Amino acid sequence: MISQFFILSSKGDPLIYKDFRGDSGGRDVAELFYRKLTGLPGDESPVVMVTTGGRRHHDGRHFIHIRHSSLYLVVTTSENVSPFSLLELLSRLATLLGDYCGSLGEGTISRNVALVYELLDEVLDYGYVQTTSTEMLRNFIQTEAVVSKPFSLFDLSSVGLFGAETQQSKVAPSSAASRPVLSSRSDQSQKNEVFLDVVERLSVLIASNGSLLKVDVQGEIRLKSFLPSGSEMRIGLTEEFCVGKSELRGYGPGIRVDEVSFHSSVNLDEFESHRILRLQPPQGELTVMRYQLSDDLPSPLPFRLFPSVQWDRGSGRTTLEPKPRPVSLNVRLHLPLPRGVVSLSQELSSPEQKAELAEGALRWDLPRVQGGSQLSGLFQMDVPGSPGPPSHGLSTSAPPLGLGPASLSFELPRHTCSGLQVRFLRLAFRPCGNANPHKWVRHLSHSDAYVIRI
Amino acid sequence: MPYLGSEDVVKELKKALCNPHIQADRLRYRNVIQRVIRMPGVQEYIQQPILNGLRDKASYVRRVAVLGCAKMHNLHGDSEVDGALVNELYSLLRDQDPIVVVNCLRSLEEILKLEGGVVINKPIAHHLLNRMSKLDQWGQAEVLNFLLRYQPRSEEELFDILNLLDSFLKSSSPGVVMGATKLFLILAKKFPHVQTDVLVRVKGPLLAACSSESRELCFVALCHVRQILHSLPGHFSSHYKKFFCSYSEPHYIKLQKVEVLCELVNDENVQQVLEELRGYCTDVSADFAQAAIFAIGGIARTYTDQCVQILTELLGLRQEHITTVVVQTFRDLVWLCPQCTEAVCQALPGCEENIQDSEGKQALIWLLGVHGERIPNAPYVLEDFVENVKSETFPAVKMELLTALLRLFLSRPAECQDMLGRLLYYCIEEEKDMAVRDRGLFYYRLLLVGIDEVKRILCSPKSDPTLGLLEDPAERPVNSWASDFNTLVPVYGKAHWATISKCQGAERCGPELPKTSSFAVSGPLIPEDNKEREQELPDSGALMLVPNRQLTADYFEKTWLSLKVAHQQVLPWRGEFHPDTLQMALQVVNIQTIAMSRAGTRPWKAYLSAQDDTGCLFLTELLLEPENSEMQISVKQNEARTETLNSFISVLETVIGTIEEIKS
Repeated sequence: MISQFFILSSKGDPLIYKDFRGDSGGRDVAELFYRKLTGLPGDESPVVMVTTGGRRHHDGRHFIHIRHSSLYLVVTTSENVSPFSLLELLSRLATLLGDYCGSLGEGTISRNVALVYELLDEVLDYGYVQTTSTEMLRNFIQTEAVVSKPFSLFDLSSVGLFGAETQQSKVAPSSAASRPVLSSRSDQSQKNEVFLDVVERLSVLIASNGSLLKVDVQGEIRLKSFLPSGSEMRIGLTEEFCVGKSELRGYGPGIRVDEVSFHSSVNLDEFESHRILRLQPPQGELTVMRYQLSDDLPSPLPFRLFPSVQWDRGSGRTTLEPKPRPVSLNVRLHLPLPRGVVSLSQELSSPEQKAELAEGALRWDLPRVQGGSQLSGLFQMDVPGSPGPPSHGLSTSAPPLGLGPASLSFELPRHTCSGLQVRFLRLAFRPCGNANPHKWVRHLSHSDAYVIRI
Repeated sequence: MPYLGSEDVVKELKKALCNPHIQADRLRYRNVIQRVIRMPGVQEYIQQPILNGLRDKASYVRRVAVLGCAKMHNLHGDSEVDGALVNELYSLLRDQDPIVVVNCLRSLEEILKLEGGVVINKPIAHHLLNRMSKLDQWGQAEVLNFLLRYQPRSEEELFDILNLLDSFLKSSSPGVVMGATKLFLILAKKFPHVQTDVLVRVKGPLLAACSSESRELCFVALCHVRQILHSLPGHFSSHYKKFFCSYSEPHYIKLQKVEVLCELVNDENVQQVLEELRGYCTDVSADFAQAAIFAIGGIARTYTDQCVQILTELLGLRQEHITTVVVQTFRDLVWLCPQCTEAVCQALPGCEENIQDSEGKQALIWLLGVHGERIPNAPYVLEDFVENVKSETFPAVKMELLTALLRLFLSRPAECQDMLGRLLYYCIEEEKDMAVRDRGLFYYRLLLVGIDEVKRILCSPKSDPTLGLLEDPAERPVNSWASDFNTLVPVYGKAHWATISKCQGAERCGPELPKTSSFAVSGPLIPEDNKEREQELPDSGALMLVPNRQLTADYFEKTWLSLKVAHQQVLPWRGEFHPDTLQMALQVVNIQTIAMSRAGTRPWKAYLSAQDDTGCLFLTELLLEPENSEMQISVKQNEARTETLNSFISVLETVIGTIEEIKS
C-alpha cells in the first residue's frame, strides 16, 4: 500500500507529487525526503529511510526510492511492505513513463505533467497497483505526449542503447527510440519499428599473474516495439544455445549459459526444438529474456591488459598495454595510485589520447579503439617519503600497496561475450499500409566491473 | 470546477453518479467517484452508486467500486462495519476479473482492519491459489502475502499447496519469487528440510538480484542474503566471487558486500576473500578502507594468523586512517584471541607516529598498558604521551593513559616510576577535566593502600575468548526470521527496526477499540468461524507493562510476604540454561529480575516483578527443583484482576517457552 508517490529532480525540486490516501502531511514530505537524503552519513544506505521524531504526522513513514536517469522516484508507505515489489514497481513506473513520454528526464516529465498524472491515476488507485501493462493502459490514456527535440550536439556523440551508434550512419537516427510509444495516432504507418537489443554486462576479475579469477556475464534481450499490440513475432536465437552445465547441442563448443528466465508473455513451444521465442509484445519496452553465465566463458576475454610495474625507491614506472579484441568504444582505464604521488609523466601510444590524475587515481580515456590493436601507456611517478614496509626490510622493488587494481570500462558494439546472437526476428504482422516494419537488431556488451590486479 | 461542498454541487454529483451514461463510461465514472470520495459529508450520496458499481457489467467499474468501499469506510472513520457490504465483497472474490479479486482482498483488509483483516479460510485459499496464474505479478505478490495467514489443516494439504506454488519460485519478477519463498518458509515451518530446499532454489534469483543493474534492488537483495547467512553460514560460500566489489558501485553496496564476504568465509575461500579484502584496505575512500579492515578483523577471529599478517603489512603504509583502525582491530582481537598476542606485540612499535585520533590512541595505549611487558619500548612510547599530555585534547585518552601507565608500572616499575609520578601530579594539580582528575586521585589513593591492593584491582584477565561467542550469536533458526523475510526488517537491520517500531508503537498505543462481534455470514466463500483467528492473534493491547519499574529487594520481600499466591503453574523445562539469557529476555517484555540464583545451583530460584500501566503489581517466583524437569511459577498480584493476571501469565509463558526453544 502506497501513501504517496513523487518524482524529484536531481536538485530536489518536486516535479510530480501524488497523494493516494490523503492521510499524509502534504507536499513538504518531498522536501523532507530530500533533506534526509542529502544529510545521510556516509555509511548509511539511502535506499530505505524512515522518518522518526519531528512532526507527528510524518512519523514512521518509510521512503523507498530509486534513482533513474538523474531523477528520484519515491514512494512512501507506512506499512511493512515487500521491498522487492516496491522497487520493482518503481522501475516499472520508470519504464512506463519512459514509454509514454519518449524518454525519462527532467525536461520530458515537466513537459508532460498532465500525462504523468493521468498514468498514475490508472496505475495506482488508493495506493494499490491496478495494472502496469501498456496494453491495458492504452485504453484509458487520452493525453498525448509533448515531444520537443532541441537540437544538441550531445545527441550526436552519445551512443544510446535504443538509439544508435552515430558513428555508423547506416543505423537508425539517434532519436528513433526515444519517442513516445503512443504518440500521434495519425502517422502510424511510418513508425512500425522494432528494436531488439542483446545487452550483456561483463564483470571480470583477473589476478596479477594473468589468471582469470572471476567472470560473470549478465545478459538481457530487450525489446522495444512500436508495432500495434498483439502482432506476433518470432525471435530465433543461436541454435547451439544451451542452458545449464549438462545440455549439449550442435557440434561446436556451443553457447552455454547457467540460468535463463523469460518474461511471462513469452511462448516457449519452439524453444526446446529450434531455440525460437514466440511472443506478442505490447507496445513499449520489455525484457524478453534474462540470462547469467559465470566462470566459464566460451570465447577468450574481449580485453587484455598487460601491466608491468617497476618500482625503485619512491619512484616508479608503470606500463599498461591494453589490447582489445573487438572494436571498443568509450574505453576508460582507471588506476588508483598510492597516496602522495607528486609528479606523473606519461608517454602514450597516440597523441589524441588523454590521461589525467583525478581523486588519487589515474584516468586514461580512449574514445575508440580498433579491434586487435595494441596500445601502450607508460606512466612515471614519484612518491616521496614512501619507504617499503618496515617489517620486510628495504624491499624496494615491490610496488607500494596503494597501486591498483586497474579497472577498465568499455562498450563493445556488435559483440556478445557469451556468443549469443539473434538469428532472425520475424514478424507475423503485415501492415495494411505500405512499408514493411523496420527491424533493428543490435548486440552490445559493456563492462560492469573489469578489474585487473597489478 | 470548484467543489465547495454546497448543497447544489452535492446534488449535481449525486445526479451524475446515478446517470446511466456516466456509469457506462468507465472513465467518467472513475473520475466522479474519485472526486466525490475525497469530499467530506457526501457519503450518503455515494453509497448507492458504489453499491451499484459493485454489480456493474464493466470490470473496470467494479474495480473502482470495490476499492471505493474501502475509501468510503475509512472516510467514516468510526463507522460500524456494514455486514451486508462485507458479504458482498466476499462473494466478489469469485469475480471473473483478476484485478477485482485482488481489490476485494485489499478492500476487505481495510474494512475489517480492527478485526484482524480479511479471513482466508480453506475455500478462499484454494480459490485464490487456482486463480494465481491469471493475475499479473503485482496481484500474485499481494495474494501470496494474504495466503500467509492461512493454516493448512493437514500435511497432505500443505504439500498440495506447496506444489501449486512451486512455479512461482521461477517467476521472472523478484517480488513474486520472494513472496513465494516467504510463504514456503512459513508454511513449512515444521519441515526444516523443505525450508533449506527452498532457500537453495531461491539462491539463483537472489544472486541475480545482487548483481542487478538497479542498485537499489541489489542492496535489498544483499540484505536478504545476510539474513539467510545468519542461519545457514555456508549457503553462499561457493558464490563468494559474486560479492566482490567493483569500484563504480556506490558506498552502501560495497559496505554490504564486505559484510557478506565476512560472513560467508570458510576454509576453501578464505585465501581469495582475504586477498580481495586487502585490496579494499587501500581504497581511496577512507570509510570503505576502514570497513574492510574491520572486516578482516572479524575474519581474524577464525583465521587469526593470515589476518594478523595482512593487518601488520597495512601498518607499513604509515597512513593515519589505516593505522588507527588496524590498532583498534588489534585491541579487540587480542582480547578475543589471546594466541595472537605475540604477533600483535611485534607489530606495534612505530605505530604511535601515525595515530592522531582519540579512538586509535586509546587502543594503542590500552595495548601498551596491558601487554607492555612484551613490548620492549612500551615505556618510552608512553613517556612520549606523558610528555605531551598538556596538549592532549581528548579526556578519554588521558584516562586510558593513567590506567595503562599504572598497569605497566606493576610489571616494569623501574622504567615507569618517574613518569607515573609526573602524570599523577599533572592530573591532580593541573588537569581541568573532572573525570580525569578523579581518576588520578583514585589511583593515587590506591597506591597509598599498597602495591598488592593495586595488583588485585588492576590486573584483571587480559583476554576473554568466551566473549566472542557472546558477540556473534550462534546460528539462528530459519523460523526466527521467516516472518521478516521479504519485508523492510532485513533492510533496516533488526536492531534499527526495533527502535522504529518502538517509536510507532508508542504513538499507536491509544485506546484499542473493542472487537465487534462477527456478523451473520453465509455461502461457501465466507469465513467459517472467527474463533480460529482470535486464537492466532492474541490481544496484547490489554496488558501494558511499564518499563524501568525497579523495586528494591526489601520492598519486594515485604510485598511478597504480605500477599497470597494468585496463580500457580508448572511449565516443562529440561536441562541447563543461562540465567542471563532469561534475565535479558524478561527485560525485553518489561519484567524486572529482583534476585536470581546462580546457574547450576539446585534448587534454582528467581524472583521477578512487573507493573502494568494501572499500577497493578505482579510478583513472581520461578522455582526449579533438582529432581523433576519442571519449572514452577507462582504469581502474586496486589489487586485481584483475573484478566490482566491471565495476560501476564501468557507473557511469562511465551518468554520461558522462547528460551526453552533457543536452548533446544
